[in-house]
Order: sequence, then structure tokens, then C-alpha cells
Amino acid sequence: MDKFSYINATSLKQVTSLLSDSGWGEVMLLAGGTDLLSELKEYIETPKTLINLKTLPGMDGISENANGIKIGALTTVADIAMHPSIQQHYTVLAQAAASVATPQIRNVGTIGGNLCQRPRCWYYRDETVNCIKKGGDLCYAVDGLSKYHAIFDGDPVYIVHPSDIAPALIALDASIKITGPEGDKTIKVEEFFTLPSDNPFRENVLQPNEIVVEIQIPKPKLNTKSYYLKAREKGAPDFALVSVAGVFEMAGRTCQIANIILGGVAPKPRRSTEAEAALTGKMLNKDVCTMAGAEAVQKAQPMNDNAYKVTLTQNLISRTAMMAVS
Amino acid sequence: MSEKEKKQSKNISRRSFIKGVGTGTVAATVAPAILVGNEKTAEAQTDGAVDSAKIQLNINEQVYEVDVEARTTLLSVLRDGIDTAGDNVDLTGAKLICDRGECGGCTVLVDGKPVYACMMLAMDAQGQQITTVEGIADGNNLHPVQEAFIKHDALMCGFCTPGFIVSSVALLNENNKPTIAEIKEGLSGNTCRCGTYPFIFDAVETASQKM
Repeated sequence: MDKFSYINATSLKQVTSLLSDSGWGEVMLLAGGTDLLSELKEYIETPKTLINLKTLPGMDGISENANGIKIGALTTVADIAMHPSIQQHYTVLAQAAASVATPQIRNVGTIGGNLCQRPRCWYYRDETVNCIKKGGDLCYAVDGLSKYHAIFDGDPVYIVHPSDIAPALIALDASIKITGPEGDKTIKVEEFFTLPSDNPFRENVLQPNEIVVEIQIPKPKLNTKSYYLKAREKGAPDFALVSVAGVFEMAGRTCQIANIILGGVAPKPRRSTEAEAALTGKMLNKDVCTMAGAEAVQKAQPMNDNAYKVTLTQNLISRTAMMAVS
Repeated sequence: MSEKEKKQSKNISRRSFIKGVGTGTVAATVAPAILVGNEKTAEAQTDGAVDSAKIQLNINEQVYEVDVEARTTLLSVLRDGIDTAGDNVDLTGAKLICDRGECGGCTVLVDGKPVYACMMLAMDAQGQQITTVEGIADGNNLHPVQEAFIKHDALMCGFCTPGFIVSSVALLNENNKPTIAEIKEGLSGNTCRCGTYPFIFDAVETASQKM
């Protein structure tokens, strides 16, 4: 790691004013640090100053009322995974949080950090590779090794978004509160993430002087069932090869509303409108669910090494939908 | 290099190698702060930001005062730190292996929860209770997890063992009658390259019966 200086945050106002004084990468935010420190150790980022957010008051914790739940950005992934009410009513989120990395990382990693974590692409993470994300001309995955890369929406950068929590939040129609020098704004988590065709350097709409402060999730209806299925290369903790966050409003065996959000297949969490259309209003059975999976991958564009993700996506979607009636 | 020197350098024993490294460490740590990586100095200074600081860490119920750079990890302090009185912290139970929060060799407890010491800045560990594998036993009385690891021979090379012991203790403190699935999940952040997992899981099961 290069040297940097360290300052404890005292208020959001102080944080945003410290950030305003610099562009990207000069002053960076430190919460759990499990992603940031690995970037610093690989010299992917070389900030001059880190702001320790953990000293901000009132930014961690989960509060609940009849309308929904609010999660402070500094809440650890472990606290979300273990929260009884999240497990019961927001099951897809609890399952997604429990699938993140290892107990040691979940104990310090925060939900804000999980949403803002950078891609795991091995070219991006290699100090010696100057890819498009770092200002270069090429996405090296195109002609290189693309086993873990995107099958949707890649052009011109074929990363996948690594978050497990983001697909679950989008499937639950969650919003994200962001603070900047001009005050607060709240947008849908779905609108938070961006594609490389919009901006190849970043994965979300955050400006250099903005910070994520809270996640808000409306309470799902009583007839809601939700699941997070994650395919990993082996039984041990890992990032998703493909994941599916499915939220279904059911009337008996009929699916009234389906939210199907895919992780691990695109540079941002991808809503499968095709699978949703194939499930909505249908009596769920094996044929309907299989068809939904097949529809979802019609537009997939696999690279040299990741055609397996197409089959995996298809099957995970049908399995997720079948769970709503099993 | 003369022929003789070449021959000598080939014959370095494991012990003399370790002793040599030890001397190097002492010489290097005469400098007040622990230096890691290259020496590019932060140019911009933000008001109130510090490049280094004298901090207090509560490790195994003992307070250590150390001078650290902002970039010093908790693991660096544990293994290579020197307190302000000039004594080595010398808690080398937590191992430096992957240094990327993947292998679990550096697992310590922070306020009772297992974390990777390599992925936590020393500055961030202030004000919390840190327990390393050295603080698991009660004096000369081994912790039930440690006894069970010995009983089941739950190690081969033993390098990952301190991390596994700490993770196992954390798991059993939370859940003293875990199922085998819960044991596997609780230890999923630790890696044993010798593959002694079945013995480790047996040891945790045995320990759980004594807790």
C-alpha cells in the first residue's frame, strides 16, 4: 500500500466538503475496508486521504415500521443476514447477505460498501493492466480470458457487478439515499447502477462528492415469496458466477407479479424483463418456469469462455420460480 | 560471490534463515513507525488528517501503545509492531498468508467477532477488544477447542491452525451446539491447504460437547 493520511468523519457535511475538494481517487471513503484495502494493496487506487466513516453517528442500524425497513449504510452484512425480521419478511435480502463472502468479511463489510464495491475482473484488479476502466483503450476480456465476465450489456467493458445484495434490493424495489453538497436525494437502487456504455469508469451514479447514507425497502405484501439463488464455482465462499434474486407475489399457484434480477451476468444487476413477462399472470409449473428461463437468455451474448453462464442463468431462473410453488 | 560463499548460501538452514529474518525485523523496526510497501509520501494534507499516530490497542486484555502509519494493518502491528516502550508486540499466532482477506490465517476476534487482521487498519481497531490465538487459553489451561484440535490431530502442517482455532471459538461462542452444516459455514472463511477439514470439523464437534 502507498502511504495515505487518515481522518475520522465527524458529520456528513464534513465528509461531503472534504470530498468536494478533490476528484475521484484523491480522497476515498473507508467503511469496512474489505474491498478498498485490497484495491490499495494492488495499487489500483492510490488515494492521498481516507475518511473513516465508522465514526459517523447514527449511520449503522436497522429500523422498522409498518411501511418498511431502513438500513443505515454502515450496517454490516452480518447484521443484515442475521436480522430476524429481514429473514422473515425480506427473505431474499437475508439470503443474499448470508451468501456474501465469509463470516470474517460479513462482520466488517457494510451494505454501503457492498453496493459501491468495485468489479473483480482480473484485468481491472491487475496493477499492470491499463484497461478501459483505468483510462486505457481495451477491455482485455474480449480477446483474453473471459470465464467470469458479462453475457449481457458488456460493450465496451465486460465486467460483472459483484454485489449479491444489489439484485436482492432491486427485486424488493428498494431505494437508496445519497447525500451530497446540495443535500439529500433518494433514488431507486435500480437507477443507482449504470452500464459501461454510460460511463466506463464507474459502476453507479455517485458523484465524487456524494455518499450513500441509507437503504429503504418497502414492506413486501403478505402474499410475497422471495429467494436468492447463487451459483458458485465450488462449495466454498466466492463471488457469484450467476445469481438470481426472485420476488413473487402469489395468489395460490398463480404468479401475480414477478421481479427477477440477475447478478454475475452484466456490468450492473440486470432485470430480466423477459423472465418476468413469462411468469406474470401465469399458473407456475415446470413448463412455465422452464420457458421463463429460456426467454431470459434469448439476448445473451456469451464471450469466448463464458457460454456456460447462459445455461446456468436459464436453469437458476426456472429453479427460483419453481421455489415459489414448492 | 566466492565459491565458498555460494556453498554457504546454499546450506542455510531453516533455523539460521529464521534467525536472520528475525535480526532484519529488529533492525527495520528501529524506525518509529511500521513501514509497509513503497515510500511515496502523501502530498495533499486534509485538515485534521494524520499520516501516522500513536494509538492504543487492547489486545488480549493488555493495552499496547504503538506508533503506526495510517496504512498499517492490525496484522502488521500484531506480528511486527513495537510498542512505544520499545518492546516487540510479538503476537505471531495470527499468520500473514494471503494478505487479501481470503485464507483466514490471520483471523482474530474484534469485540468477540472473527475478522481478518490483514484487512483491518490498525487505526480502525482502536477502542475495541482484540483477541488473538494467544489470548484464547486461560493461562496454562487450554481452551476446549485447542484440546479438541490436539485430540483429533486436526492439523498437518499447522500453519492455518491459529486461524481455525479462533474461528472455531467464535463459532462456539455464538452457537454452542452447531450442526455439521453450521460448523462448515462458521469455518468457511478459513482455508487448510493440507485438507484436514474432516478432523477440524470433528474437533469442533468434540469441543462443542464441553462448552
